[in-house]
Amino acid sequence: MNEVEEKLYQNRYRLDAGRPHIRIRNPEVCRSRCGEKSCAACCPAGCYTLGSEGEVTLLTDGCLECGTCRIICSEFRNVDWEYPRGGFGVLFKFG
Amino acid sequence: MKERFDAIVVGAGPAGSAAALTLARGGRKVLQIERGEYPGSKNVQGAILYADSLQKLIPNFRDEAPLERHLIEQRLWILDDRSYLGSTFRSPAASEAEPDRYTILRAQFDKWFAKKAEEAGVLLICETTVLDLLREGKRVVGVRTDREDGEVYADVVILADGVNSVLARKAGIRPELGAGEVALAVKEVLFYPQETLEDRFGIQGEEGVAIEMVGKITRGMVGTAFLYTNKESLAVGIGCLLSDFRREKIPPYVLLERLKEHPALRPLLRDGEMKEYTAHLIPEGGYRSIPKLSGDGWLIVGDAGMFVNSVHREGSNLAMETGRIAAETVLELKEAGAPLTESNLRLYRRRLESSFVMKDLRKYRHVHEVLENNRHFLTTYPELVNRAAETLLRVDGVDKRAKEREIARSFRKRRSYRGLLSDAVKLWRAFR
Repeated sequence: MNEVEEKLYQNRYRLDAGRPHIRIRNPEVCRSRCGEKSCAACCPAGCYTLGSEGEVTLLTDGCLECGTCRIICSEFRNVDWEYPRGGFGVLFKFG
Repeated sequence: MKERFDAIVVGAGPAGSAAALTLARGGRKVLQIERGEYPGSKNVQGAILYADSLQKLIPNFRDEAPLERHLIEQRLWILDDRSYLGSTFRSPAASEAEPDRYTILRAQFDKWFAKKAEEAGVLLICETTVLDLLREGKRVVGVRTDREDGEVYADVVILADGVNSVLARKAGIRPELGAGEVALAVKEVLFYPQETLEDRFGIQGEEGVAIEMVGKITRGMVGTAFLYTNKESLAVGIGCLLSDFRREKIPPYVLLERLKEHPALRPLLRDGEMKEYTAHLIPEGGYRSIPKLSGDGWLIVGDAGMFVNSVHREGSNLAMETGRIAAETVLELKEAGAPLTESNLRLYRRRLESSFVMKDLRKYRHVHEVLENNRHFLTTYPELVNRAAETLLRVDGVDKRAKEREIARSFRKRRSYRGLLSDAVKLWRAFR
């Protein structure tokens, strides 16, 4: 496990299987037009990973629902961001 | 859910529960909607609670609220890479009177606070996400939720849905946040036997310590770090402007790990059992980020309205204050038989302007731009003051006057006379 996965492992989640609450609108924009790819560096849950061809993969399972990815994608507005359905997502024990 | 309410409150954090509680006590029929499994399960804070705004709502909260420790000691550390120079204010007298600041765990505190609103008559529905505001023309008349037949109607909707306020953005009430208007903070909660904590921090019973940190730990980014004592745990976290994270491309959890490894913190954190890792955005834009606060059939409170005083790290108290004042405004208009129109609800903003909420936010409206444009405050000065302390304290045969000259020279060399003078003026202007 890497650094952030170890941390996320301590958290409690209720996953909404097959219904991710955040989506990349157009993966091609990430791959070929976005030079920054800030999401991969700034997401505190490491949900965004960079592939060898410059593609960005999003896996929302560990999402902390902070909003960072939506705000920093200001050049292309390529992140479709909603809250998870009621009751789903991260469930903080201490907050 | 075809019922009609006097008010719908979206969100069950401190702002939402303060508003809901106030409205219910005023005899109004209130629906409060929370997307988490229970109130608090989506909420994150350091967390320090200031008594004043809560006390206005629940005078005897000390008898029943889930509080961790009351602060008898606050430290401020200016760190360079290896050392820190700090100040400590410790006042055990805080134990004797009614303490005014406490550490809390938000998941537990918010659950309790929402329960108080429920006891006052609020109908609370959890596990329900509000998707949109319902409008008739310009006027907000209710909300649409993700429940089946999930449309509910009310005379007024209070948006207490937090910093991301999906609702305010969708409704065009607030523009998308800029990366320079929010800080991203990450935090861990580490558990210890109670005696270990009390020995380590020199505290007993309900006493607690808060440490705020600035300096090279944020690597030139505008931000701060903190360490708070809870009953059986420590909260350690660090937050910086999101625009700075984007520029530096440092993953927040890497920054947090570096903080925990700093020689000043490592001994205090030793042997903790990490049980939760959280991240949250903090509205840092201050006075100038505050959006339009009300309109036909709606008001906005708490983080959703960007009410955070980042200089004094106050937020949940402003949330309670704005929640209560918004609710009182609604109650007063309703009692007078006045409709909840845009022009009548402007009373809310006027009330806030004459309270400490807006006065404080206005006072510090320049702080961020000063820090952002003068990053040496966060890097050069921490180094200079730490080195100055080292020079002065080391006994090595060099006479004290020569040491003073060396320190003065080090400051001049890094910042020049003009630089030092202009820094002093800038700081004074930012904080006056």
